[in-house]
Amino acid sequence: MKIFLAIISRDMLLAVRQGGATFLALIFFLLTVTLFPLGIGPEPAILARVAPGVLWVAALLAAMLSLDRLFQADFEDGSLEQLTLSGLPLSLIVLAKIITHWLTTGLPLLLAAPVLAVLLNMNDEGFEALLLTMLIGTPALSLIGAIGAALTLTVRRGGVLLSLLVLPLYIPVLIFGVSAIDAAVHGLNAKPHLLLLAALTVAAIPLCPWAAAAAVKLSLE
Amino acid sequence: MSIHYFANPTRFTRLAGRVQPWAAGLTVVLLLIGLYLALIEAPADYQQGDTVRIMFVHVPAAWMAMFCYSFLAVASAIALIWRHPLADLAAKASAPIGASFTFLALVTGSIWGKPMWGTWWVWDARLTSVLILFFLYLGYMALWEAIEDGQKAGKAAAVLALVGAVNVPIIKFSVDWWNTLHQPASVMRMDGPAIHPSMLWPLLIMALAFQTYFVTLLLARMRMELNLRRIRALRLAERTS
Repeated sequence: MKIFLAIISRDMLLAVRQGGATFLALIFFLLTVTLFPLGIGPEPAILARVAPGVLWVAALLAAMLSLDRLFQADFEDGSLEQLTLSGLPLSLIVLAKIITHWLTTGLPLLLAAPVLAVLLNMNDEGFEALLLTMLIGTPALSLIGAIGAALTLTVRRGGVLLSLLVLPLYIPVLIFGVSAIDAAVHGLNAKPHLLLLAALTVAAIPLCPWAAAAAVKLSLE
Repeated sequence: MSIHYFANPTRFTRLAGRVQPWAAGLTVVLLLIGLYLALIEAPADYQQGDTVRIMFVHVPAAWMAMFCYSFLAVASAIALIWRHPLADLAAKASAPIGASFTFLALVTGSIWGKPMWGTWWVWDARLTSVLILFFLYLGYMALWEAIEDGQKAGKAAAVLALVGAVNVPIIKFSVDWWNTLHQPASVMRMDGPAIHPSMLWPLLIMALAFQTYFVTLLLARMRMELNLRRIRALRLAERTS
Protein backbone atom coordinates (compact mmCIF):
# COMPACT_ATOMS: atom_id res chain seq x y z
CA MET A 1 0.00 0.00 0.00
CA LYS A 2 2.87 2.32 0.86
CA ILE A 3 4.52 1.73 -2.50
CA PHE A 4 1.16 2.14 -4.23
CA LEU A 5 0.65 5.57 -2.69
CA ALA A 6 4.29 6.47 -3.33
CA ILE A 7 3.84 5.81 -7.05
CA ILE A 8 0.73 7.98 -7.16
CA SER A 9 2.36 10.85 -5.30
CA ARG A 10 5.49 10.62 -7.47
CA ASP A 11 3.44 10.72 -10.68
CA MET A 12 1.30 13.56 -9.37
CA LEU A 13 4.41 15.51 -8.44
CA LEU A 14 5.84 14.94 -11.92
CA ALA A 15 2.57 16.04 -13.51
CA VAL A 16 2.38 19.23 -11.45
CA ARG A 17 6.04 20.13 -12.00
CA GLN A 18 5.67 19.59 -15.73
CA GLY A 19 2.80 22.03 -15.58
CA GLY A 20 1.62 22.90 -19.07
CA ALA A 21 1.64 19.45 -20.64
CA THR A 22 -0.61 18.07 -17.94
CA PHE A 23 -3.43 20.45 -18.64
CA LEU A 24 -3.28 20.21 -22.42
CA ALA A 25 -6.15 17.72 -22.26
CA LEU A 26 -8.24 20.34 -20.50
CA ILE A 27 -7.41 22.99 -23.09
CA PHE A 28 -8.20 20.51 -25.85
CA PHE A 29 -11.56 19.88 -24.19
CA LEU A 30 -12.37 23.61 -24.05
CA LEU A 31 -11.31 24.12 -27.65
CA THR A 32 -13.27 21.18 -29.08
CA VAL A 33 -16.43 22.28 -27.32
CA THR A 34 -15.89 25.80 -28.67
CA LEU A 35 -15.74 24.41 -32.21
CA PHE A 36 -19.25 22.98 -32.02
CA PRO A 37 -21.21 26.26 -31.85
CA LEU A 38 -19.04 27.52 -34.69
CA GLY A 39 -19.82 24.44 -36.73
CA ILE A 40 -23.48 23.93 -35.90
CA GLY A 41 -24.54 27.55 -35.45
CA PRO A 42 -25.25 29.64 -32.37
CA GLU A 43 -29.01 28.96 -31.94
CA PRO A 44 -29.45 28.35 -28.18
CA ALA A 45 -32.15 25.70 -28.66
CA ILE A 46 -30.01 23.54 -30.92
CA LEU A 47 -26.99 23.93 -28.65
CA ALA A 48 -29.03 22.97 -25.61
CA ARG A 49 -30.25 19.88 -27.45
CA VAL A 50 -26.76 18.69 -28.41
CA ALA A 51 -24.92 19.88 -25.27
CA PRO A 52 -24.76 16.53 -23.39
CA GLY A 53 -23.50 14.70 -26.46
CA VAL A 54 -20.96 17.37 -27.35
CA LEU A 55 -19.58 17.51 -23.82
CA TRP A 56 -19.23 13.76 -23.59
CA VAL A 57 -17.69 13.30 -27.04
CA ALA A 58 -15.20 16.08 -26.34
CA ALA A 59 -14.36 14.60 -22.92
CA LEU A 60 -13.86 11.20 -24.53
CA LEU A 61 -11.44 12.59 -27.10
CA ALA A 62 -9.57 14.67 -24.53
CA ALA A 63 -9.14 11.66 -22.24
CA MET A 64 -8.00 9.54 -25.16
CA LEU A 65 -5.44 12.08 -26.38
CA SER A 66 -3.71 12.16 -23.03
CA LEU A 67 -3.46 8.36 -22.80
CA ASP A 68 -0.08 8.07 -24.51
CA ARG A 69 1.41 9.86 -21.47
CA LEU A 70 0.22 7.07 -19.23
CA PHE A 71 3.21 4.72 -19.57
CA GLN A 72 5.33 6.22 -22.35
CA ALA A 73 7.75 8.40 -20.41
CA ASP A 74 8.35 5.77 -17.72
CA PHE A 75 8.81 3.10 -20.36
CA GLU A 76 11.37 5.12 -22.28
CA ASP A 77 13.60 6.08 -19.36
CA GLY A 78 13.37 2.60 -17.87
CA SER A 79 11.63 3.54 -14.64
CA LEU A 80 8.72 1.27 -15.52
CA GLU A 81 11.09 -1.67 -15.37
CA GLN A 82 12.45 -0.40 -12.07
CA LEU A 83 8.91 -0.18 -10.72
CA THR A 84 8.24 -3.82 -11.55
CA LEU A 85 11.12 -4.70 -9.20
CA SER A 86 9.39 -2.96 -6.30
CA GLY A 87 7.56 -6.16 -5.39
CA LEU A 88 4.16 -4.64 -6.07
CA PRO A 89 2.12 -6.66 -8.63
CA LEU A 90 2.26 -5.05 -12.05
CA SER A 91 -1.51 -4.70 -12.17
CA LEU A 92 -1.42 -2.52 -9.04
CA ILE A 93 1.35 -0.37 -10.51
CA VAL A 94 -0.85 0.03 -13.57
CA LEU A 95 -3.81 0.90 -11.34
CA ALA A 96 -1.72 3.59 -9.62
CA LYS A 97 -0.88 5.06 -13.03
CA ILE A 98 -4.54 4.97 -14.00
CA ILE A 99 -5.51 6.83 -10.84
CA THR A 100 -2.94 9.50 -11.62
CA HIS A 101 -4.25 9.76 -15.16
CA TRP A 102 -7.75 10.29 -13.84
CA LEU A 103 -6.58 12.90 -11.32
CA THR A 104 -4.79 14.86 -14.04
CA THR A 105 -7.37 14.56 -16.85
CA GLY A 106 -10.69 13.14 -15.65
CA LEU A 107 -10.95 15.43 -12.65
CA PRO A 108 -10.13 18.68 -14.54
CA LEU A 109 -12.63 17.66 -17.25
CA LEU A 110 -15.24 17.06 -14.57
CA LEU A 111 -14.63 20.51 -13.11
CA ALA A 112 -14.68 22.26 -16.49
CA ALA A 113 -17.76 20.48 -17.83
CA PRO A 114 -20.41 22.54 -15.94
CA VAL A 115 -18.87 25.81 -17.15
CA LEU A 116 -19.00 24.62 -20.73
CA ALA A 117 -22.53 23.35 -20.19
CA VAL A 118 -23.52 26.91 -19.28
CA LEU A 119 -21.88 28.18 -22.46
CA LEU A 120 -23.83 25.60 -24.47
CA ASN A 121 -27.04 26.72 -22.80
CA MET A 122 -27.76 23.30 -21.35
CA ASN A 123 -31.00 22.92 -19.43
CA ASP A 124 -30.57 23.51 -15.67
CA GLU A 125 -32.04 20.13 -14.77
CA GLY A 126 -29.12 18.38 -16.44
CA PHE A 127 -26.28 19.77 -14.31
CA GLU A 128 -26.50 17.33 -11.46
CA ALA A 129 -26.62 14.41 -13.89
CA LEU A 130 -23.73 15.88 -15.89
CA LEU A 131 -21.51 16.05 -12.82
CA LEU A 132 -22.54 12.59 -11.67
CA THR A 133 -21.98 10.95 -15.06
CA MET A 134 -18.60 12.63 -15.39
CA LEU A 135 -17.67 11.55 -11.88
CA ILE A 136 -18.71 7.94 -12.52
CA GLY A 137 -17.79 7.71 -16.20
CA THR A 138 -14.38 9.36 -16.54
CA PRO A 139 -12.62 6.75 -14.37
CA ALA A 140 -13.87 4.14 -16.86
CA LEU A 141 -12.25 6.15 -19.66
CA SER A 142 -8.90 6.07 -17.87
CA LEU A 143 -9.28 2.37 -17.04
CA ILE A 144 -10.24 1.19 -20.53
CA GLY A 145 -7.78 3.57 -22.14
CA ALA A 146 -4.94 2.07 -20.11
CA ILE A 147 -5.34 -1.18 -22.07
CA GLY A 148 -4.93 0.69 -25.35
CA ALA A 149 -1.98 2.68 -24.01
CA ALA A 150 -0.28 -0.50 -22.80
CA LEU A 151 -0.83 -2.32 -26.10
CA THR A 152 0.65 0.49 -28.18
CA LEU A 153 3.59 1.05 -25.85
CA THR A 154 6.23 -0.28 -28.23
CA VAL A 155 4.59 1.14 -31.34
CA ARG A 156 6.23 4.24 -32.72
CA ARG A 157 3.69 7.00 -33.37
CA GLY A 158 1.00 4.88 -31.76
CA GLY A 159 -1.46 7.76 -31.39
CA VAL A 160 -3.73 6.99 -34.33
CA LEU A 161 -3.61 3.27 -33.61
CA LEU A 162 -4.50 4.01 -29.99
CA SER A 163 -7.63 5.85 -31.05
CA LEU A 164 -8.65 2.98 -33.33
CA LEU A 165 -8.26 0.51 -30.46
CA VAL A 166 -9.84 2.56 -27.71
CA LEU A 167 -12.72 4.50 -29.25
CA PRO A 168 -14.94 1.46 -30.03
CA LEU A 169 -14.48 0.33 -26.42
CA TYR A 170 -15.55 3.78 -25.16
CA ILE A 171 -18.94 3.60 -26.88
CA PRO A 172 -20.91 2.11 -23.95
CA VAL A 173 -19.58 4.82 -21.59
CA LEU A 174 -20.62 7.50 -24.06
CA ILE A 175 -24.08 6.04 -24.53
CA PHE A 176 -24.91 5.69 -20.84
CA GLY A 177 -23.32 9.00 -19.95
CA VAL A 178 -25.31 10.95 -22.51
CA SER A 179 -28.59 9.11 -21.90
CA ALA A 180 -28.40 9.85 -18.16
CA ILE A 181 -28.06 13.58 -18.85
CA ASP A 182 -30.74 13.47 -21.55
CA ALA A 183 -33.12 11.73 -19.17
CA ALA A 184 -32.49 14.33 -16.47
CA VAL A 185 -32.97 17.21 -18.94
CA HIS A 186 -36.32 15.80 -20.01
CA GLY A 187 -37.42 15.38 -16.42
CA LEU A 188 -37.11 11.60 -16.46
CA ASN A 189 -35.36 9.34 -14.00
CA ALA A 190 -31.62 9.31 -14.67
CA LYS A 191 -30.90 6.63 -12.08
CA PRO A 192 -31.01 3.50 -14.32
CA HIS A 193 -28.48 5.04 -16.70
CA LEU A 194 -26.25 6.12 -13.84
CA LEU A 195 -26.40 2.64 -12.33
CA LEU A 196 -25.44 1.04 -15.64
CA LEU A 197 -22.58 3.50 -16.02
CA ALA A 198 -21.46 2.69 -12.48
CA ALA A 199 -21.65 -1.01 -13.33
CA LEU A 200 -19.30 -0.42 -16.27
CA THR A 201 -16.80 1.41 -14.08
CA VAL A 202 -16.99 -1.12 -11.28
CA ALA A 203 -16.44 -4.00 -13.72
CA ALA A 204 -13.54 -2.12 -15.30
CA ILE A 205 -11.70 -1.58 -11.99
CA PRO A 206 -10.51 -5.18 -11.57
CA LEU A 207 -10.46 -6.22 -15.25
CA CYS A 208 -8.71 -3.33 -16.99
CA PRO A 209 -5.55 -3.07 -14.84
CA TRP A 210 -5.19 -6.83 -15.20
CA ALA A 211 -5.41 -6.76 -19.02
CA ALA A 212 -3.25 -3.64 -19.21
CA ALA A 213 -0.62 -5.25 -16.99
CA ALA A 214 -0.53 -8.28 -19.31
CA ALA A 215 0.07 -5.90 -22.21
CA VAL A 216 2.74 -3.89 -20.36
CA LYS A 217 4.53 -7.13 -19.51
CA LEU A 218 4.81 -7.90 -23.22
CA SER A 219 6.68 -4.71 -23.96
CA LEU A 220 9.01 -5.18 -20.98
CA GLU A 221 10.16 -8.63 -22.14
CA MET B 1 -5.58 -36.34 -29.57
CA SER B 2 -4.77 -33.09 -27.84
CA ILE B 3 -4.73 -29.66 -29.39
CA HIS B 4 -0.97 -29.91 -29.45
CA TYR B 5 -1.08 -32.60 -32.10
CA PHE B 6 -1.17 -29.94 -34.79
CA ALA B 7 1.29 -27.66 -33.03
CA ASN B 8 3.85 -29.10 -35.41
CA PRO B 9 3.73 -26.78 -38.46
CA THR B 10 4.83 -29.48 -40.91
CA ARG B 11 2.11 -31.83 -39.78
CA PHE B 12 -0.41 -29.01 -39.98
CA THR B 13 0.71 -27.91 -43.44
CA ARG B 14 0.42 -31.44 -44.75
CA LEU B 15 -3.09 -31.86 -43.39
CA ALA B 16 -4.15 -28.36 -44.48
CA GLY B 17 -2.87 -29.02 -47.98
CA ARG B 18 -4.99 -32.14 -48.14
CA VAL B 19 -8.15 -30.58 -46.70
CA GLN B 20 -8.04 -27.33 -48.62
CA PRO B 21 -8.99 -28.63 -52.12
CA TRP B 22 -11.93 -30.51 -50.62
CA ALA B 23 -13.11 -27.42 -48.78
CA ALA B 24 -12.72 -25.36 -51.94
CA GLY B 25 -14.61 -27.91 -54.03
CA LEU B 26 -17.38 -28.13 -51.46
CA THR B 27 -17.64 -24.34 -51.48
CA VAL B 28 -18.09 -24.24 -55.24
CA VAL B 29 -20.74 -26.98 -55.22
CA LEU B 30 -22.66 -25.47 -52.32
CA LEU B 31 -22.45 -21.99 -53.83
CA LEU B 32 -23.80 -23.23 -57.17
CA ILE B 33 -26.69 -25.06 -55.52
CA GLY B 34 -27.33 -22.22 -53.11
CA LEU B 35 -27.26 -19.53 -55.78
CA TYR B 36 -29.50 -21.56 -58.08
CA LEU B 37 -32.05 -22.07 -55.32
CA ALA B 38 -31.75 -18.49 -54.09
CA LEU B 39 -31.85 -16.66 -57.41
CA ILE B 40 -34.04 -18.92 -59.55
CA GLU B 41 -36.00 -21.42 -57.47
CA ALA B 42 -36.96 -19.33 -54.46
CA PRO B 43 -40.14 -17.31 -54.94
CA ALA B 44 -40.01 -13.53 -54.87
CA ASP B 45 -41.37 -12.06 -51.66
CA TYR B 46 -44.97 -10.89 -51.94
CA GLN B 47 -44.01 -7.50 -50.51
CA GLN B 48 -40.33 -7.04 -51.26
CA GLY B 49 -40.32 -8.61 -54.71
CA ASP B 50 -36.97 -9.73 -56.01
CA THR B 51 -34.98 -7.52 -53.63
CA VAL B 52 -35.54 -10.17 -50.98
CA ARG B 53 -32.87 -12.21 -52.75
CA ILE B 54 -30.23 -9.92 -51.29
CA MET B 55 -31.01 -11.71 -48.04
CA PHE B 56 -29.31 -14.89 -49.29
CA VAL B 57 -25.98 -13.09 -49.31
CA HIS B 58 -26.63 -10.56 -46.57
CA VAL B 59 -27.74 -12.86 -43.76
CA PRO B 60 -24.98 -15.49 -44.16
CA ALA B 61 -22.42 -12.67 -44.34
CA ALA B 62 -23.74 -11.19 -41.10
CA TRP B 63 -23.66 -14.61 -39.44
CA MET B 64 -20.08 -15.11 -40.59
CA ALA B 65 -19.13 -11.65 -39.30
CA MET B 66 -20.07 -12.76 -35.80
CA PHE B 67 -18.78 -16.29 -36.21
CA CYS B 68 -15.33 -15.05 -37.29
CA TYR B 69 -15.03 -12.79 -34.27
CA SER B 70 -15.91 -15.66 -31.93
CA PHE B 71 -13.40 -17.84 -33.75
CA LEU B 72 -10.79 -15.11 -33.42
CA ALA B 73 -11.46 -14.72 -29.70
CA VAL B 74 -11.32 -18.47 -29.02
CA ALA B 75 -8.13 -18.85 -31.04
CA SER B 76 -6.61 -15.90 -29.15
CA ALA B 77 -7.54 -17.47 -25.81
CA ILE B 78 -5.91 -20.74 -26.86
CA ALA B 79 -2.83 -18.85 -28.01
CA LEU B 80 -2.54 -17.00 -24.70
CA ILE B 81 -3.33 -19.86 -22.36
CA TRP B 82 -1.60 -22.84 -24.01
CA ARG B 83 0.90 -20.85 -26.09
CA HIS B 84 -0.25 -22.90 -29.04
CA PRO B 85 1.95 -21.79 -31.94
CA LEU B 86 -0.75 -22.14 -34.58
CA ALA B 87 -3.57 -20.57 -32.61
CA ASP B 88 -2.33 -17.01 -33.01
CA LEU B 89 -1.74 -17.72 -36.70
CA ALA B 90 -5.34 -18.89 -36.97
CA ALA B 91 -6.52 -15.75 -35.18
CA LYS B 92 -4.43 -13.53 -37.44
CA ALA B 93 -5.64 -15.33 -40.56
CA SER B 94 -9.30 -15.10 -39.59
CA ALA B 95 -9.32 -11.35 -38.95
CA PRO B 96 -9.23 -10.07 -42.57
CA ILE B 97 -11.78 -12.71 -43.58
CA GLY B 98 -14.08 -11.65 -40.78
CA ALA B 99 -13.61 -7.99 -41.63
CA SER B 100 -14.51 -8.73 -45.26
CA PHE B 101 -17.67 -10.58 -44.26
CA THR B 102 -18.61 -7.69 -41.97
CA PHE B 103 -18.02 -5.23 -44.79
CA LEU B 104 -20.07 -7.41 -47.14
CA ALA B 105 -22.90 -7.53 -44.61
CA LEU B 106 -22.84 -3.75 -44.25
CA VAL B 107 -22.77 -3.09 -48.00
CA THR B 108 -25.46 -5.61 -48.93
CA GLY B 109 -27.56 -4.35 -46.03
CA SER B 110 -27.20 -0.84 -47.38
CA ILE B 111 -28.16 -1.91 -50.90
CA TRP B 112 -31.13 -3.78 -49.47
CA GLY B 113 -32.09 -0.83 -47.29
CA LYS B 114 -32.31 1.65 -50.13
CA PRO B 115 -35.37 0.10 -51.86
CA MET B 116 -36.91 -1.22 -48.64
CA TRP B 117 -36.59 1.66 -46.18
CA GLY B 118 -35.83 4.36 -48.76
CA THR B 119 -32.44 5.16 -47.27
CA TRP B 120 -28.95 3.75 -47.50
CA TRP B 121 -28.34 3.88 -43.79
CA VAL B 122 -30.29 4.19 -40.57
CA TRP B 123 -28.71 4.37 -37.14
CA ASP B 124 -30.53 1.27 -36.17
CA ALA B 125 -29.15 -0.77 -33.28
CA ARG B 126 -28.18 -3.73 -35.40
CA LEU B 127 -26.50 -1.70 -38.13
CA THR B 128 -24.62 0.40 -35.61
CA SER B 129 -23.29 -2.57 -33.69
CA VAL B 130 -22.15 -4.30 -36.89
CA LEU B 131 -20.34 -1.11 -37.87
CA ILE B 132 -18.60 -1.08 -34.49
CA LEU B 133 -17.69 -4.74 -34.96
CA PHE B 134 -16.06 -3.73 -38.24
CA PHE B 135 -13.95 -1.15 -36.38
CA LEU B 136 -12.93 -3.78 -33.83
CA TYR B 137 -11.65 -5.96 -36.68
CA LEU B 138 -9.73 -3.02 -38.14
CA GLY B 139 -8.13 -2.23 -34.78
CA TYR B 140 -7.10 -5.84 -34.33
CA MET B 141 -5.50 -6.00 -37.77
CA ALA B 142 -3.80 -2.63 -37.31
CA LEU B 143 -2.23 -3.80 -34.04
CA TRP B 144 -0.78 -6.88 -35.76
CA GLU B 145 0.71 -4.63 -38.42
CA ALA B 146 2.07 -2.05 -35.99
CA ILE B 147 4.22 -4.28 -33.79
CA GLU B 148 7.24 -5.57 -35.65
CA ASP B 149 8.16 -8.50 -33.43
CA GLY B 150 5.78 -11.26 -34.56
CA GLN B 151 5.64 -13.02 -31.18
CA LYS B 152 4.84 -9.85 -29.28
CA ALA B 153 2.37 -8.73 -31.92
CA GLY B 154 0.56 -12.04 -31.56
CA LYS B 155 0.26 -11.76 -27.80
CA ALA B 156 -0.75 -8.10 -27.86
CA ALA B 157 -3.36 -8.80 -30.51
CA ALA B 158 -4.66 -11.75 -28.48
CA VAL B 159 -5.09 -9.52 -25.41
CA LEU B 160 -6.96 -7.01 -27.57
CA ALA B 161 -9.15 -9.72 -29.07
CA LEU B 162 -10.16 -10.95 -25.62
CA VAL B 163 -10.84 -7.42 -24.37
CA GLY B 164 -12.93 -6.94 -27.51
CA ALA B 165 -14.78 -10.20 -26.93
CA VAL B 166 -15.73 -9.10 -23.41
CA ASN B 167 -16.89 -5.80 -24.83
CA VAL B 168 -18.90 -7.02 -27.80
CA PRO B 169 -21.95 -8.01 -25.69
CA ILE B 170 -21.68 -4.80 -23.66
CA ILE B 171 -21.51 -2.69 -26.81
CA LYS B 172 -24.40 -4.63 -28.32
CA PHE B 173 -26.49 -4.11 -25.21
CA SER B 174 -25.68 -0.43 -24.90
CA VAL B 175 -26.41 0.22 -28.58
CA ASP B 176 -29.77 -1.58 -28.30
CA TRP B 177 -30.55 0.54 -25.25
CA TRP B 178 -29.47 3.74 -26.99
CA ASN B 179 -31.57 2.87 -30.00
CA THR B 180 -34.77 2.23 -28.10
CA LEU B 181 -34.23 5.56 -26.41
CA HIS B 182 -33.61 7.59 -29.51
CA GLN B 183 -35.94 6.14 -32.09
CA PRO B 184 -38.93 4.40 -30.63
CA ALA B 185 -40.65 3.40 -33.89
CA SER B 186 -38.14 1.62 -36.06
CA VAL B 187 -38.75 1.24 -39.77
CA MET B 188 -37.41 -2.23 -39.89
CA ARG B 189 -39.30 -5.06 -38.35
CA MET B 190 -38.12 -8.48 -39.27
CA ASP B 191 -40.98 -10.28 -37.60
CA GLY B 192 -43.67 -11.66 -39.77
CA PRO B 193 -44.45 -15.29 -40.25
CA ALA B 194 -41.62 -17.75 -39.77
CA ILE B 195 -39.57 -18.04 -42.92
CA HIS B 196 -41.00 -20.39 -45.56
CA PRO B 197 -39.00 -23.55 -46.42
CA SER B 198 -38.60 -22.40 -50.04
CA MET B 199 -36.52 -19.52 -48.67
CA LEU B 200 -35.05 -21.24 -45.64
CA TRP B 201 -33.27 -23.97 -47.59
CA PRO B 202 -31.36 -21.68 -49.98
CA LEU B 203 -30.44 -19.56 -46.97
CA LEU B 204 -29.04 -22.49 -45.04
CA ILE B 205 -27.13 -23.82 -48.05
CA MET B 206 -25.65 -20.38 -48.67
CA ALA B 207 -24.68 -20.16 -45.00
CA LEU B 208 -22.95 -23.53 -45.28
CA ALA B 209 -21.18 -22.40 -48.46
CA PHE B 210 -19.91 -19.29 -46.67
CA GLN B 211 -18.68 -21.49 -43.85
CA THR B 212 -16.69 -23.80 -46.13
CA TYR B 213 -15.41 -20.73 -47.97
CA PHE B 214 -14.15 -19.45 -44.62
CA VAL B 215 -12.38 -22.75 -43.95
CA THR B 216 -10.76 -22.67 -47.40
CA LEU B 217 -9.51 -19.12 -46.97
CA LEU B 218 -8.40 -19.73 -43.41
CA LEU B 219 -6.28 -22.72 -44.37
CA ALA B 220 -4.82 -20.87 -47.34
CA ARG B 221 -3.94 -17.85 -45.24
CA MET B 222 -2.43 -19.96 -42.46
CA ARG B 223 -0.26 -21.85 -44.94
CA MET B 224 0.80 -18.55 -46.46
CA GLU B 225 1.78 -17.21 -43.03
CA LEU B 226 3.75 -20.36 -42.25
CA ASN B 227 5.58 -20.13 -45.56
CA LEU B 228 6.33 -16.46 -44.96
CA ARG B 229 7.82 -17.32 -41.60
CA ARG B 230 9.87 -20.08 -43.17
CA ILE B 231 11.19 -17.71 -45.83
CA ARG B 232 12.11 -15.18 -43.17
CA ALA B 233 13.91 -17.83 -41.13
CA LEU B 234 15.81 -19.02 -44.21
CA ARG B 235 16.84 -15.48 -45.08
CA LEU B 236 18.08 -14.91 -41.54
CA ALA B 237 20.01 -18.17 -41.62
CA GLU B 238 21.58 -17.20 -44.93
CA ARG B 239 22.64 -13.82 -43.66
CA THR B 240 24.19 -15.15 -40.48
CA SER B 241 26.05 -18.05 -42.09
